[in-house]
Amino acid sequence: MGKKKRLSLAPLTMIGPTTLWLILFLMVPLALVIGISFLTRNGYGGVTMIPSLEAYKALLSKEYVKVFISSFELSILTTVICLVVGYPFAYVIANSSEKVKPFLVLLLMLPFWINSMIRIYGWNTILRSSGIINNVLLSLGVIKMPLELLYTDGAVLLGMVYDLLPFTVLPIYTSIEKLDPSLLEAASDLGAGKLHKFVRVILPLTMPGVFAGSIQTFIPSLGLFYIADMMGGAKTMYIGNLIKNQFMSARNWPMGAALAIVLIVITLVLMKLYTRVGSLEDMV
Amino acid sequence: MKKKNNPFFTVYACLVYIFLYLPIAVVIAFSFNTSKMNIVFEGFTFDWYVSMWSNTLLMDAFKNTIIVAAISTLLATILGTLCAVGLNRFEFKLKGLISASLYIPIVIPELVFAIAMLILFSSMDITMNMATLIISHVTFSMPFVVITVRSRIAGHDPSIEEAARDLGANEIRTFFRVTLPMIAPGVLSGAMLALTLSLDDVVVSFFTAGVDSQILPLRILSMVKKGISPDVNALSTLMIIGSVLLLVGTTVVQGRLEKQEEA
Repeated sequence: MGKKKRLSLAPLTMIGPTTLWLILFLMVPLALVIGISFLTRNGYGGVTMIPSLEAYKALLSKEYVKVFISSFELSILTTVICLVVGYPFAYVIANSSEKVKPFLVLLLMLPFWINSMIRIYGWNTILRSSGIINNVLLSLGVIKMPLELLYTDGAVLLGMVYDLLPFTVLPIYTSIEKLDPSLLEAASDLGAGKLHKFVRVILPLTMPGVFAGSIQTFIPSLGLFYIADMMGGAKTMYIGNLIKNQFMSARNWPMGAALAIVLIVITLVLMKLYTRVGSLEDMV
Repeated sequence: MKKKNNPFFTVYACLVYIFLYLPIAVVIAFSFNTSKMNIVFEGFTFDWYVSMWSNTLLMDAFKNTIIVAAISTLLATILGTLCAVGLNRFEFKLKGLISASLYIPIVIPELVFAIAMLILFSSMDITMNMATLIISHVTFSMPFVVITVRSRIAGHDPSIEEAARDLGANEIRTFFRVTLPMIAPGVLSGAMLALTLSLDDVVVSFFTAGVDSQILPLRILSMVKKGISPDVNALSTLMIIGSVLLLVGTTVVQGRLEKQEEA
């Protein structure tokens, strides 16, 4: 019958293409990453079909552990700074008058529309030894020699915070927006002071947002190799750059794949922790 | 509840906005600078806006950026919308699995996805080109379209579509004449999200773009160590203006569509 035919064909034509696409260009590639991490490298940038745990053993070596530590330091520091700067910022936006709020949110979203490479390149211009800051300081006579601002670990941190701050702010903003005003009134009516109200009511209720914001900052921060390339002096190696190098220059695919697995595991652990306080849908 | 920010907070928010817009302002300002070095502002000129058109490397990157963003947005929007409508309308065995797997590209680190695509294409002996770049962009942006469109459909009344079918409209006609107009605001915001993601991407493109398909951010990255010529500032400024216009334009259209919906 016509009706039966419609029911069996329509789902296939609507969901089929996407499903096929996800299998071909998501599941298969990810399976390849997992598979390759357990194989042996060959000298030509590919792999030979000999099973091996070499890549995973290498992860535990001193040089790699050093990379993990410096990466985590950078990512944790980035996340903490983004939270400290971003929470009050989100709070101000959420509490602004209904007239200016859409405009403030638009201003927050706008940088997303401009490729982050262009924006980071702007910082590169500002910080360079012959850049704006040094020129201003030199001409004011504050310094005699240009300061080394660019190509430092601090510059990388600045770039990270800059790039990821909106990702921290948006979920926090959403969770503050969702706060039930009557709860806050109740707290005030019951005599809670401003600080008390914030620590005991607002902060706990917006924790899902804080957590989502932290994850959306921490996880991408591990992979943003180009910020270290643009702002860092290649003195400190981070996990993102290490992975990039395994594919672009060192040509050690199993090692790069194993490092990628480390990122996946970190992500899964964080997501698991997150689902205790918030729902996945809120991450988008 | 009365909403009021005290002046200290207002000043604070202004400072954060300045921080967010400072590098953008610098790129724009230096695009009008007569000096060849991006150092001090020497004088005002439009020269770079003229000379950039003859910088073939830069123009190719510009062209590629637009092509990739346009095609991947279109594909992601079509695939994503169909999938969202299908997931919303039908019940079937693998529905949960498909819905869940849509979150994978959103959740996994970009870099992991990027190298996964590199491995996929390289192991099939495919040299990176425009197609590999577009395929990769579609993959990471499509799930956002599905989720955005789905969240918009959720509030719609399925009986309207049923009525259309009962009145004799076939599946395709129902989709274009009834379903699509109803979910148009969702489709538009999904498409805009896909476009943003494509325009803002660096990591995935770095691994999946070929020599013939270098996009602007990759060009900037490869030029930065040697020193970037000021026509990059000019082109970036044009892209910034284009993005702002597009964003403001869609915000307006979005508002109208929603008003229409309410009316």
